Amino acid sequence: MQRQHPQSCSRGCLLSVPHTGQFCARVLRRQLLLAVRRPIEIGNPLLFFAIVIVLFPLGLGPSPERLVSFAPGVLWITALLSNLLTSDAVFRSDFDDGSLEQLILAPQPLFFSALAYILAHWLTTGLLLAAVSPVFALMLNLPVSALGALFVSLLLGTAVLSLLGGIGAALTVGLKRGGILISLLILPLYMPVLIFGTAAVQAAMTGAPSGPYLAILGAMLSLAIALAPLAIATGLKVSIDA
Amino acid sequence: MPISVNDAPLLAAQSLGLVRGGRELFHDLSVEVYGGQLWQIEGANGAGKTSLMRILCGLSRYGFEGKVLRPVTPLYLGHQTAVKALLSPRENLQWHVSGAGLYSDDQVDDALARLGLRGYEDVPSHTLSAGQHRRVNLARLFLSDACLWLLDEPFTAIDKQGVDETQSLLASHVDGGGAVVMTSHQALQVSCNVNTLNLVQGVVS
Amino acid sequence: MWTFFHKLGSPPWLYAIAGTILRWLVPITLIALVAGMIWGLLFTPPDFRQGDSYRIIYIHVPAAVVALAGYYVMAIAGAISLIWRMKMADVVMRAAAPVGAALTFIALLTGAIWGKPTWGTWWVWDARITSMLILLFLYLGVVALYESFDNKEAAGKACAVLSLVGMVNIPIVYKSVDWWYSLHQPASIKFTGESTIDPSMLYPLLLMIAAFYALFTCCLLMNIRAELLQRESRTQWVKKIASEKGAD
Repeated sequence: MQRQHPQSCSRGCLLSVPHTGQFCARVLRRQLLLAVRRPIEIGNPLLFFAIVIVLFPLGLGPSPERLVSFAPGVLWITALLSNLLTSDAVFRSDFDDGSLEQLILAPQPLFFSALAYILAHWLTTGLLLAAVSPVFALMLNLPVSALGALFVSLLLGTAVLSLLGGIGAALTVGLKRGGILISLLILPLYMPVLIFGTAAVQAAMTGAPSGPYLAILGAMLSLAIALAPLAIATGLKVSIDA
Repeated sequence: MPISVNDAPLLAAQSLGLVRGGRELFHDLSVEVYGGQLWQIEGANGAGKTSLMRILCGLSRYGFEGKVLRPVTPLYLGHQTAVKALLSPRENLQWHVSGAGLYSDDQVDDALARLGLRGYEDVPSHTLSAGQHRRVNLARLFLSDACLWLLDEPFTAIDKQGVDETQSLLASHVDGGGAVVMTSHQALQVSCNVNTLNLVQGVVS
Repeated sequence: MWTFFHKLGSPPWLYAIAGTILRWLVPITLIALVAGMIWGLLFTPPDFRQGDSYRIIYIHVPAAVVALAGYYVMAIAGAISLIWRMKMADVVMRAAAPVGAALTFIALLTGAIWGKPTWGTWWVWDARITSMLILLFLYLGVVALYESFDNKEAAGKACAVLSLVGMVNIPIVYKSVDWWYSLHQPASIKFTGESTIDPSMLYPLLLMIAAFYALFTCCLLMNIRAELLQRESRTQWVKKIASEKGAD
């Protein structure tokens, strides 16, 4: 049997509650399984990413020089938008079917279970976006030397975006139409990530070291991991109460 | 295990008051729930039963007067079933987000069988009917080892046989020293004593 | 201390005290604004490079300074609302958001008007302007979130979370936009920042900044009073005020 904390309540009933870590692993597994059972939910942001990337050469013209100068920004903004569009759904279905109520009442701290939700979201969006981004980068003539910086910056940056997006999702989950509102709430918060994400790729394109920018993204990620779940947890409690 | 009503309460509500839309639903409502008690909250539609349940379980945190002491983690079943359509009933119960214990397959199968869901353990829940969803949710009662149950309209969309099965479970939970606070429109037919809290009259009997 | 805190939580008391403060603060604000305006516009020397067009700083700078301070007022009220569950903190937060947004907008607008004669263009993607624009979005986000909730109590708590998140982010946004700008800064535009400001121009500016703080406080208190009346419209004390005003 799994390890359990036997927690004796005052009645003498035995209340066995999984560890926080065990519980988070369970939530993560559940979220990933739900995503895998509806693969199109995973595919949609990637398709969105691909289609929007195609729009830019059509709008800006196919000239390789122009495309390459816009490539870091285009790739990053598109990744940011596909992350934004999926953020709305992180807690939506759990709110609709009542699972969110149960999650909030769970004895395990909401801070960590919220983090598990966000991790599942990042694994099914940000990680995959970062993984496919080199293909589209090459289509925009981004030099091969910048692909590493693009991949790592997206890897770190989308994790920050998922955490910030989770705040917006938690605050708007109780509202009937949260879609546009969530963009208004969290896009201003996305801007620093965009600045340093594109800067890392641009630095790599010109041969400058991209490490410092990636380090700043890493710092933002650390800060976001520490603070964003607090805001998400409070936001969820407020939304369920409304 | 010896159970005496003199022990500390499992749930204590102290002078609760709630105003919704300028109308006072209840005020100065105090109630203490001890092990071995079954409480039924009565009241017409809109009397504030669900609001009271949400205050008692801790989902409502603002906008009411008074306070609630919860020394133990209660099990709360609300109007929504918290059953994920993409997961099978067994997965739903084993990985429940309520943070309850880890149950073996046998335990889960047994609980589902008690509610007439034998053979449905591994089908996707979206193929089940609304009543079956509610039964999957009720199966949590058969698994739970929480001492305090807060049930909001647990018998909605449940057929006669399911209601009987659940009511006998409630009685045995109460006999075993647990406590139940529930709302229901139908009269309970249980072997144990039922305390009634009527929201219209504010009568505690 | 606690009795003061307790009183702050009482709507009629807050309504009354805000009214008393306003009775004094409104005339003071008006005098300071008019005096600062006259001093700044008529009695200061023209700038040796920009001539008279620089005088818009007597609106632009105070608006920008107070707009930023307003966000902190809002976020601190939000923190109080979340930590001590004080309803009146929600009211303060709700009242501060539109005033702050308006001041941010004034700062951006006067910046654009100033930019035309100075830089030859209405809009420049300058670090400070961009940060102000983001600040405006942060303010509008709080207003939009508040308006989206039917339950105003929940709206207050949600906005409190959002404004606190925004407060943590403001320094990050400012630093990163600053950094972004220094990376992309085009060489063609020269800024006037290098020359230190002459005391004869500084004193009226300080007066105007003080006047704008007072103006912010006035608007905040008026908004608080309006919000209190609306929220408590069903209570006895509001009905009493309404009947007294109606009798006049």
